[in-house]
Amino acid sequence: MISNKIFKNIILAFAVSFLLSACATQKKMDSQMQGDVYTGTDTVEYLASGVPDRVFFATNESVLTTASRDTLRKQAAWLRKNPDINVVLEGHADERGTREYNLALGERRANSAKDYLMTYGISSNRVSVISYGKERPVDSGSNPLAWSKNRRSVTVKAN
Amino acid sequence: MIRKIFIKLFFVLLLITESSAIIEVDITRGNLNPLPVAVSPLFSDENTDQNLKSNYEIIKLGEKISKVVENNLKSTGLFNPIAKKAFLQKPDVAHLKPRFEDWALIKSQALITGQIKLENEKLRVEFRLWDVLAGKEILALAFTTVPKNWRRVGHIISDKIYERLTGEKGYFDTRIIYVAEQGPKTKRIKKLAIMDQDGFNTKYLTLGNELVLTPRFNPTNQMVTYLSYFKNLPRVYLLDIETGIQEVVGDFPGMTFAPRFSPDGKKIIMSFAKDGNSEIFTMELETRLVERITNHPSIDTSPSYSPDGKYITFNSDRSGFQQIYTMKSDGTNVKRISFGKGLYGTPVWSPRGDLIAFTKLHKGKFYIGVMRTDGKGERLLTENYYQEAPSWSPNGRVLIFYRETKSDDKGEGFSAKLWSIDLTGYNERQISTETDGSDPSWSSLLTN
Repeated sequence: MISNKIFKNIILAFAVSFLLSACATQKKMDSQMQGDVYTGTDTVEYLASGVPDRVFFATNESVLTTASRDTLRKQAAWLRKNPDINVVLEGHADERGTREYNLALGERRANSAKDYLMTYGISSNRVSVISYGKERPVDSGSNPLAWSKNRRSVTVKAN
Repeated sequence: MIRKIFIKLFFVLLLITESSAIIEVDITRGNLNPLPVAVSPLFSDENTDQNLKSNYEIIKLGEKISKVVENNLKSTGLFNPIAKKAFLQKPDVAHLKPRFEDWALIKSQALITGQIKLENEKLRVEFRLWDVLAGKEILALAFTTVPKNWRRVGHIISDKIYERLTGEKGYFDTRIIYVAEQGPKTKRIKKLAIMDQDGFNTKYLTLGNELVLTPRFNPTNQMVTYLSYFKNLPRVYLLDIETGIQEVVGDFPGMTFAPRFSPDGKKIIMSFAKDGNSEIFTMELETRLVERITNHPSIDTSPSYSPDGKYITFNSDRSGFQQIYTMKSDGTNVKRISFGKGLYGTPVWSPRGDLIAFTKLHKGKFYIGVMRTDGKGERLLTENYYQEAPSWSPNGRVLIFYRETKSDDKGEGFSAKLWSIDLTGYNERQISTETDGSDPSWSSLLTN
């Protein structure tokens, strides 16, 4: 009798923990995207402590999100503190677009990040821009989450 | 009728005889009943066979050439070559005087026969096309070349037969330039590659040290313009295929991309991206004169000239989304021509001038399609998970493009391959390449 009850409890505990973990994964997926903009941190690297290196875009868009502007203000502050550092902004697109248009789109994304850095006092001659279009994804999957990680502008130290 | 034609390079055409057409192949519709043809091996004498074997290490050349012809004709979907084991008559006898009842018996309607002969290190090729039902010769041709050009011999024969039977120029003696791809998607290695239209004789023109994209031939097929990330500066380059000499096109303070030649070969038209705005420019190769064609704060790219050079079709998102436009070659009279649902890209003007081929993205699917130059009569030829960048065969009857497969979450299962489809929407086929491939561009006919 008792052993049976313990057994039931164990089963129950397993079931609950399984459900919880399933919830957690589901929540993790959702929390990594807002609309179709990537908001996770899996691929993000840091230029300095607390200074993320990249911003993400919606499909076919080059408009900066609130989170992107926040990241770029941190980059601008870091660049002001380190006046000897120059950067390259690498603009990228996801794989769901024609190659030539995506080259132009990557360039437009990197420039929208550059413009924002400039409004925060960074001189344009410290910031250069290159577009890779869809040629250099970080995530090689063919799914909405992978594509959201690939629609990005990455700030890279040039010197 | 006898005409004399001189062809540059290695080919000297000796004789053409033609009489009125009896067999005809209609290429304007999808052909569900391909014409049965018999391609008899080209006959050669013992001397020629010996000589080819000992001096050129080529055996059974007549059979090899006939195989090239057979494959070409079959690839069109318009012809159905009959298996050689069904043939009742020997190649040498058939070439002199076919016993038409024997060829009719195996249901052949057209018969191709020929002979090759090695004379003073030159290969003399002669072939004939016979109308089996009418019992007469309808085309005969002879030319000489060097033995190592034997695959081109097959292509030239194929072109002449195609032209005789369909009434339109062939597209077999042509090459494809494309981007050969290898490695994982995140670190893909890309090289310029060139091959015969049927996938043979692949040569790599770059080593893969830098990213290269979108190669396109000039009208004489001696030069290629393409995008290279040499020294991590994406710029349009010009490459001389024979000499291997490369140079940057123009002196632009930013990325140049999406290049193509003008139909006279004197200019390169391309996009130049600066400050988030891509505009279309031309550069005259001789004078280096640069001219700005578009002026709009949106993305303007993928320009392609009409064959008379008077118009340009291009891709712009000035309406908010990617659409296809046309304008005069000086940039005036800009008109949007794509109005269907979805996004449109990569417009490319047909060599016949009447159609524009494009890529369309709608509801997560990619289509290759054509529309008239005023945007009317849109016709989608093929739907897939991902495909883009059509390029026309020189006769405007076939489109080559590339297609990518979906990766799983680990990035496995990805491939990029070259495909072709007829303007009719029929005869969709994969073109075999040594590695994965993308961005194909079709040359014009190498001999006219």
